[in-house]
Amino acid sequence: MADNPAVDQKSAKANFASDQDVRWCPGCGDYAILAQMKKVLPEIGVPREKVVFISGIGCASRFPYYINSYGFHTIHGRAPAVATGVKLANPELSVWIITGDGDSLSIGGNHLLHLCRRNLNVNIILFNNQIYGLTKGQYSPTSPVGKRTKTTPYGSLDTPFNPMSLVLGAGASFVARTIDRDTKHMAATFKRAAAHKGCSFVEVYQNCIIFNDGAFQSVTDPKIKQENLLYLEDGRELVYGADNDKGIRLEGLKLEAAALNGPESRNGLLKHQETMPDEAYTYLLSKMTERPDLPTPIGVFRALERPTYDEVFMQQIDDVTQKKGKGNLKELFITGNTWKVD
Amino acid sequence: MKPIQDIESVTIRFAGDSGDGMQVTGNQFTITTAIARNDLSTLPDFPAEIRAPAGTLYGVSGFQIQFSSEQVHTPGDAADVLVAMNPAALQAGLKYLKNNGIIIINTDAFSDRNLKMANFQENPLENGRLKGYQVFPVEMSRLTKEALETVDLSHKEKERCKNFFALGMIYWMYTRSLDPTVQWIEKKFASKPVWIEANTLALKAGRNYAEATEIFTTAYRVVKAKIEPGIYRQITGNEAIAIGLIAAGEKAGVNIFYGSYPITPASEVLQYMALYKNFGVKTLQAEDEIAAIGAAVGASFAGNIGVTATSGPGVALKSEFMGFAVMVELPLVIINIQRGGPSTGMPTKTEQADLLQSLYGRSGEAPIPVIAASSPADCFHTAYEAVKVATQFMTPVMMLSDVYLANGAEPWKIPDVDKLSPVDIHYARAGDAYAPYRRNDKTLARKWALPGTPGLEHRLGGLEKEDVTGNVSYDPDNHDKMTRYRAEKVARIADFVEEPQIYGEPQGDVLVISWGSTYGTVLTVVERLIKAGKKVSFYHLRWLNPLPHGLETHLQNFKKVLVPEINLGQLRQILRSRYLIDVTGFNKVRGLPISVQELQAEIEKMIEEL
Repeated sequence: MADNPAVDQKSAKANFASDQDVRWCPGCGDYAILAQMKKVLPEIGVPREKVVFISGIGCASRFPYYINSYGFHTIHGRAPAVATGVKLANPELSVWIITGDGDSLSIGGNHLLHLCRRNLNVNIILFNNQIYGLTKGQYSPTSPVGKRTKTTPYGSLDTPFNPMSLVLGAGASFVARTIDRDTKHMAATFKRAAAHKGCSFVEVYQNCIIFNDGAFQSVTDPKIKQENLLYLEDGRELVYGADNDKGIRLEGLKLEAAALNGPESRNGLLKHQETMPDEAYTYLLSKMTERPDLPTPIGVFRALERPTYDEVFMQQIDDVTQKKGKGNLKELFITGNTWKVD
Repeated sequence: MKPIQDIESVTIRFAGDSGDGMQVTGNQFTITTAIARNDLSTLPDFPAEIRAPAGTLYGVSGFQIQFSSEQVHTPGDAADVLVAMNPAALQAGLKYLKNNGIIIINTDAFSDRNLKMANFQENPLENGRLKGYQVFPVEMSRLTKEALETVDLSHKEKERCKNFFALGMIYWMYTRSLDPTVQWIEKKFASKPVWIEANTLALKAGRNYAEATEIFTTAYRVVKAKIEPGIYRQITGNEAIAIGLIAAGEKAGVNIFYGSYPITPASEVLQYMALYKNFGVKTLQAEDEIAAIGAAVGASFAGNIGVTATSGPGVALKSEFMGFAVMVELPLVIINIQRGGPSTGMPTKTEQADLLQSLYGRSGEAPIPVIAASSPADCFHTAYEAVKVATQFMTPVMMLSDVYLANGAEPWKIPDVDKLSPVDIHYARAGDAYAPYRRNDKTLARKWALPGTPGLEHRLGGLEKEDVTGNVSYDPDNHDKMTRYRAEKVARIADFVEEPQIYGEPQGDVLVISWGSTYGTVLTVVERLIKAGKKVSFYHLRWLNPLPHGLETHLQNFKKVLVPEINLGQLRQILRSRYLIDVTGFNKVRGLPISVQELQAEIEKMIEEL
């Protein structure tokens, strides 16, 4: 260990930097995500030869080229499928899937759902910029209704996907959201994702400076963001606002914002619980972004332990091998009815 | 004692309702015939419907076997004997029967209702419809129940034993021992003694009835064939694929990762593979065809041998990943068990129409070696060789089979495990100065560097690679160079794999060229024609890409070249364009194998017209 922790940190970060030129547009939110990832990786306790970054197609998917570990830049939408094979071939690897809203919610939607359902022990980082960047500005499955883009000159008619609701519905065991501008929060969230045993899904609000600048302004603009952001912390009441003067309460089956003015007004405030086994609460949290009267939650929505796919997959192989004995080719060949010709 | 007549070869077709146990009957007859040392080939013909209503035409389940004192390469065109357990089986089976063929009929099933369901306006046993055949009407249901009178089973249960009664009759007709089947029954029903008693009694009653009754006048004998010594078992093409893959994985010392999505007729391979987890086989039933190959590619990246199997529509979905595998140069085996197409087509019927799809169905210049199996047992060797080439050359390999091979079965001479050829893998090792796209001088294969190895960290992807370094490159000359490398690598496989041998003289009138499952038919026809003094030879292609070096010379040494295919002339088109030779096609696309008879007639006509 170096004596000076700052120097050590710097060299560790460099350790994960590849020799490739980074080719995102100047000012792209991806730079911040890459920087935080390079910072976090040395801290998760996995040597870089055991780290694999897998991506699909899109701006975000260039990511693996910029990390000096094993990397696999695959085809559009299919990174979760490839990652499944990688992890099952070698469960000791720390597998990171890098994807975008078009890659994972449109062309690759099916694979994302099945990854969550199986609970493969991998991390999936979704760069959500609500636009197709690499193909130069068409609306995406997370673009809001009415969004004017090159392919929707009169406004988009499509109801957008809510990524968080989607993966919760598919059974993701770890679900979190962070923002490219909030580097500390992002680093902490990545660390939590890495530490979680199971499929960890992180949505990153990522600004596309060229085709969708300011899409997340309400939660990134220092002047207004405090009123619009709800930081989730396990065990803490759902309280937000610059002066922590607002809270979230459950009224019937609906969430309501409440002004906090006096001790009694805190009665009935919801307390965040990452390990809530009942999906209803977490699902309500995920739907808050669709309510203009409610703040946008960021942080860890859910962190539930359940058996991982790679674990039970390898266990079954061991069990069968234990029961039947290690496979013997000669015996396999002569299975069933055989006869001898002299 | 009735007379016994010697004959060379016989084809029998067992046909009945799905619930009549025809597959068991056929398989038992097969084993007994193999033990009696006849050569043989079989083909089950299942209904496409899962549980077709009893008595319907589409619920008929058939099983055909050809056996002989000579070598047999096909299950036979038309049957000498049809065993029909009900009117539907008779109606469906008649078209497979030779003129003057024998029909053994279970008359008890010929109720008005069953006749109507089989589209018979009148009872064919009574209206002369079966004139020209030798009809043996037998009250099988009644006779079986009578034979089982003392057995403690219900009437309905007793009737279910009638397939063994029918089998007993056929055993008498072909002078077969009952012992192998009695032994099988004893093993199969070990926990249900009453069924051992019932089935054995029915089997013996059938044999005794045939011997005693006046309607059966002659028994037949097929003398032993010359068969290579060894231990044999019956094997279907799909089971042979699974065993071939497992054997290759074991020889390589690498886990096989088998990712697949259920599709007819490939699902069985996944089912077999899933059984063999104690060989370290990893199976994933993926969410779709694309994920199945994607996971296989991922597994290959991480050091397993990725394999996926499907049929034509699945290959269409996988084609983007196949192109990707060409680009990242990882070992991968894609198995296409062809069925009638396009689209959903005829999922349970055979066809060879995916050859061009296999060779060319990808974007860009994306060469993939293609190997085709020639018989059910050959599926073992083909799957094994596909893995071997995939690892040696670091390339995706396409293996072709089809419905006919997948479901068909033949005796498989069990190979000596120790004599299987080695499966070579060239890994990059920790400490190597690793360049991901540095190539082997001879094979042009790059080295396999496994995630987890310190110092070999590298990035692969679908973008064009710079020669040697593997960095992303859009340089024009580099792209040209890499495109040629990828083509040359596949072309060089021809230097390493075994050349096919020409069957017959190296020159003559007609050269027949085939690939895949038409092998048996072509060989049968060419054997016969050579025997008859015709100047016909046969060249069967195992690798369709690359084509063997010797092919061009052979093409030039014959007056005519004929390519029979179950498509509209896909190999013919390749041979014409590549060698500028006027190749003739013989093409049938009926979902059925090409018959010996029709191919023989075609070649005879060709020779006459020379």
